Amino acid sequence: MITRKLFLRFPKCETEKPIVYHLVKDYNLIINIFRAKVTANEEGYLVLDVTGREEDIDRGMDFVRSFQVTIDPVNKGVRWDPQRCTHCGNCISHCPTHALHIVDPASREIGFQEELCIECLNCLENCPFGACSSAF
Amino acid sequence: MKTYDEINERIASGRAVVVTAEEVIDYVDSRGLERSAAEIDVVTTATFGPMCSSGCFLNFGHSTPRIRMTEAWIDDVAVYTGVAAVDVYLGATELRHNDPANMDYPGRFEFGGGHVIERLVAGKALQLFALSYGTSDYPRREIRTWFTIRDLNQAIMVNPRNCYQNYNVAVNASDKRIYTYMGLLEPNLANCTYCSAGQLSPLLNDPFYETIGIGTAVWLAGARGHVYAEGTQHAPSCRRTDEGLPTEGGGTLALTADMKEMRPEFVRGVSLPGYGVSLALGIAIPIPILDAEVLRRTTVRDRDIRAPVVDYSRDYPEMTGRTLGHVTYEELRSGEVRIEGRRVKVGSLSSYHAARRCAHLLREEVRAGRFPLAPPLRPLPREQGMQGLRITGEPR
Ligand code: SF4
Ligand code: SF4
Repeated sequence: MITRKLFLRFPKCETEKPIVYHLVKDYNLIINIFRAKVTANEEGYLVLDVTGREEDIDRGMDFVRSFQVTIDPVNKGVRWDPQRCTHCGNCISHCPTHALHIVDPASREIGFQEELCIECLNCLENCPFGACSSAF
Repeated sequence: MKTYDEINERIASGRAVVVTAEEVIDYVDSRGLERSAAEIDVVTTATFGPMCSSGCFLNFGHSTPRIRMTEAWIDDVAVYTGVAAVDVYLGATELRHNDPANMDYPGRFEFGGGHVIERLVAGKALQLFALSYGTSDYPRREIRTWFTIRDLNQAIMVNPRNCYQNYNVAVNASDKRIYTYMGLLEPNLANCTYCSAGQLSPLLNDPFYETIGIGTAVWLAGARGHVYAEGTQHAPSCRRTDEGLPTEGGGTLALTADMKEMRPEFVRGVSLPGYGVSLALGIAIPIPILDAEVLRRTTVRDRDIRAPVVDYSRDYPEMTGRTLGHVTYEELRSGEVRIEGRRVKVGSLSSYHAARRCAHLLREEVRAGRFPLAPPLRPLPREQGMQGLRITGEPR
């Protein structure tokens, strides 16, 4: 069993199909949706973890692609900009999963481990320097 | 014993021994105080964090025909024009025109004076819009133009209160979220925020203002600047530890420097939801090691410095003076402290990482002979308190 964090982008027209249902039912995948913005007649987004056997995940993703849903390998739901981060550490006490964490206790440098991010968006609200942003 | 002149000669010759206020701790531990005092010439201290009392005077030069600005905005942020014709003052906490502030609570405060200052120092193009009533000698009544910092005659930062000696640790003992200048505070002491560079911080390394005084040369975001006065609310007669370290705010510094020489990474706009906008600055101050006692004070460690824990839901706004005890910066840096028997998660608004970079950059400047020290022209007051504002219905 492996887990992959995925960023799905739905074109305008395909948002009514029960894609997630089929991923669970037909491909034996465990789905953990972090965040979704799927509105009729607008481009939609879904950030989720899928857990299952690697071949089931691959088949499931082929199924998803057949609806013109794109699996964006680069895009992340929450982005942390190391250029804007001042390493103040204000986000640390608001990040529930330690996705934002102290890399080096001596220098107090902050790092972002995207796989741990559950997209709660606390850091967006609490970063005084605008270093955290959302793709949607 | 060394004099400023001797230290400056060594700096000029490129032979000065310079360490940061963090490095000096191990240095003195391993070599002993007397020997270290003979060897070390300068210790660099630093801090990085929001400093709300920051702002700048800008001079635009005269247009043809001339205008005497009476109202003006830069990138839609109002600037003060009650000074000479084309001088303006831009303050860090000014909101953008039409910002809904806290009407939709908590307001986001994404852009304001601090962000304009950040963009200015970063060399970005900004838009000036100014109005006037028009006079014989200044007939123009309106101006709208783009400019960058290079187009200005002067862009001088003037900050009446920077570098607080020590600072509160903010908590919320109520049962509702509160939004403060120390960030979001969750109810029932769930989290706390501190704001100090602790053992690196300038006035904690010189607690009695023996070397930092009016006229001292400082590194203000990369520019060579000066302490021009005691900072507003400078209150040296505060509670202190046996070693003399303030256990509350204590002293402050008023600083000035030329913004054209500043480094953008250390001049950063700040947005605090539900509160407003501000400006974070990186500041480094060199301490001349005149004798062993001055050196000993720079070896202060996070575990020796105690910060007061203050309830921002009640005691801070109501000025009760009550604290919920003290915690050390070593405890704060561990990520969790105990307050009133509870485990409290710690966040900070100051950046130790950035402060450390400032201390390193100034260390390199001094080592390279590019940053001579300036002895104070006048000491900072060592005894004085701070008074509150009495509200009266009649003149006194
Ligand atoms: S709050 Fe923002 S600037 Fe501060 S450490 Fe976190 S991401 Fe970086
Ligand atoms: S969105 Fe939430 S989990 Fe992700 S980094 Fe920000 S605070 Fe942490």
